[in-house]
Amino acid sequence: MRSSARTVNNIWTGIFYAIAFAVIALLVYLVVEIISRGWGFWDPAFLFGRPSNTMAGGGIGPQLFNSFYLLILSLIISVPLGLGAGIYLAEYAKQGRFLNFVRLCIETMASLPSIVVGLFGLLIFVTLAHWGYTLIGGALVLTILNLPGLTRVCESAIASVPQNVKEASYGLGATKWQTLVKVSLPTAMQEIITGVILSAGRVFGEAAALIYTAGLTTPMLNTAADLSSPVNPFNIFRPAETLAVHIWKLNSEGIVPDAAAIATKSAAVLIVMVLMFNILARLAAKTLDKYNKGTSRKKKVQKSVDSVQKTA
Amino acid sequence: MKGKKSINYIKNEYIGRTLVTICGFLIVLTTLAIIIFICQKGMQSFLDSKLSLGEFLTSDKWSPNNKSYGALVFIAGSTAVSLGAVIISAPIGIAIAIFNNHIAPKFGARFLKPVLELLVGIPSVVYGFLGVVILVPMLRENFGGVGFSLIAGVIVLSIMILPTIASIADDAIRGVSPAYLEASYGLGSTRWQAVSRVVVPAAKTGIMTGVVLGLARAFGEALAVQMVIGNTVKLPDGLYSPTSTLTGILSMDMSNTLNGTAWNNALWTLAMILLLISFLFILIIRVISKKGAQA
Repeated sequence: MRSSARTVNNIWTGIFYAIAFAVIALLVYLVVEIISRGWGFWDPAFLFGRPSNTMAGGGIGPQLFNSFYLLILSLIISVPLGLGAGIYLAEYAKQGRFLNFVRLCIETMASLPSIVVGLFGLLIFVTLAHWGYTLIGGALVLTILNLPGLTRVCESAIASVPQNVKEASYGLGATKWQTLVKVSLPTAMQEIITGVILSAGRVFGEAAALIYTAGLTTPMLNTAADLSSPVNPFNIFRPAETLAVHIWKLNSEGIVPDAAAIATKSAAVLIVMVLMFNILARLAAKTLDKYNKGTSRKKKVQKSVDSVQKTA
Repeated sequence: MKGKKSINYIKNEYIGRTLVTICGFLIVLTTLAIIIFICQKGMQSFLDSKLSLGEFLTSDKWSPNNKSYGALVFIAGSTAVSLGAVIISAPIGIAIAIFNNHIAPKFGARFLKPVLELLVGIPSVVYGFLGVVILVPMLRENFGGVGFSLIAGVIVLSIMILPTIASIADDAIRGVSPAYLEASYGLGSTRWQAVSRVVVPAAKTGIMTGVVLGLARAFGEALAVQMVIGNTVKLPDGLYSPTSTLTGILSMDMSNTLNGTAWNNALWTLAMILLLISFLFILIIRVISKKGAQA
C-alpha cells in the first residue's frame, strides 16, 4: 500500500517533468522554425526596401517604420494615462462602490477582444470623426488595448512602495504630491519601466485592432513631402500598414509571387523584435535594480570605507 | 511668503490630484463608450433592419445575398474552438503551475517562466502564420481534408492561452499556505497526494479564474484562428472539418460592407455578441472570486 503510493508519486513527478520539458521544447521548436524559415531576414534590402505589389523581391521598409512609429505614438499617449490612472488607484481612490466600478471597467477593458476595440475605432475615429484610416486612430486604439495593463502595472508598482519610506517623507514635511513625485515614483520606476517595455512588445505585434483603424495600405512614403501630405512618413493622419498587419494581408490576399517568403521573413523579424523587447525589459530591470540598491557605485563606497578605516 | 507657499501647495496638490483623477475617470468613460457605441450599432439589426433576434441566434444560414442572417455557425464555432483550447490547455497550465511551485521551483523560475513570457509575447499573426505553414500541412497529410479545420484552431489557441492559465494558476498555488502542505506531509502523504488533495483544492478559486480568463482570451482571439480555421460558413461535422468564428467573420467581412446595410448591421450585431460574451466572462470571474473569498 505504502509503496504503491510512492510509485504513483514517482509516476506523477515524471509526468510533471515531461510536461515542463515539452512546453520548453515547444517554444524552442517554434522559434527555431520561424527563424530558420525566415533565414536571411536581416538583409537590408529586405528590411528597408520598398514593397512591390506585383514583382518578387520587395521589402518591408515602410511597414517596419509604421510599426515603430505607431508604437511610439501609442506609448506617448498611453504611458501618461496609465501612470495617472495607476497613481489615482494606488494613492487617491477611496475604497467603496465607485472604486469597485472602476476596477470592473478595467477588467472589462482588459478582456475586450482586440477586434472589438478595432471596430470601436472604426466607428469613432474612421467614420464619426471622418479621419479615414489613420496612424493616430491606430495609436488611440492601441492605447485602449494597452491602458488596462499599464494601469495595473503602475498601480501595483506604486502601491508596493513601503509605507515607512513614505512616512519618512511626510515626516520631513513633504506633501502627498511631493512624496509621490520625489519618493514613490522613483522607487516604483523599475517595475513601471519593465511593464512598459513588455507592453510595447505586445503592441508591436498587434494586428486585429489595426486592420480597421490604421488600414491595410501605406502611401509611397517620401520624407521630402510636406507634413500635411499623406506621403510624409511622420504625418499622423495617413493610413499605415504595420508589419503584423502585413503578414496577415499577405496570407489572406497576397498576390506577390513571393508572398509566402516575405511573410515568413516578416514573422522572423517580429519574433526577433519580441525577443529584443523581452531582453531589454530584463536588462532595464537589472540596471535600475542595481542603481536603486546603489551597488553600481559599490566600488567608490568601498574605497571610501577603506580610506576611512586606514585613517582610523 | 505665505501666499506663495499656498500657491505652490495648490499647484502641487490639486493639479496633480485632478490630473490623475481624470485619468481614472477616462478609463471608466472609455469602457462605457465602447459598450454603448457597439451595442447601439449592434441593435440596429433588430431596430432598423427588422431581423428577428430568435432567428439571428438560432439559424445556421448566413447568406447576405439571400438576406438571411443566422449567427449560429459563428457562435458555435467560437464556442467549440475556445472550449477545445481550454480542454487541452487547462491541465497543462495547471501542471506547469504545480511544477513551478512544488516539483522544481528553481528550474521553473530559471527556464519555464521566461519561456511562458516569450509565448505571451509572440504576436497572434505569427501563431496564425505558423499554423498555416506547419500545422495545416501536417493535418492535411495525416488526416486528409484541407487541413484548415476546427482542430487546427484549437491547437493554435491552446498554445496561445497556455501562459494565461499557467501564470494565474501559478499565483493561486503559490498563495496556498505552506502550513497546509506541511500538515499533509505530517499525515504521511506523498508529494502527489499532498498536491492533488490539499494544494490544488485549496487553490481552486484562483485556478478557475485562470481557466475562465483563458477561455475569454480564446473567445476573443481573431486573426490566428481566422488564418487556420478555414472560414466556411457551415457547422463543423467534426474536428477535422473547417468552420467559422465570430472574430473571423468580423475581421474578413466588415470592410466589404456598406454602412447602414442589413449585412453591415448584422456584422455589428456579431461584434455586440462578442462584447457581451466577454463581459459575461468577467462577471463569471467576479462570482468565482467572491465565492472563493467567502469560503
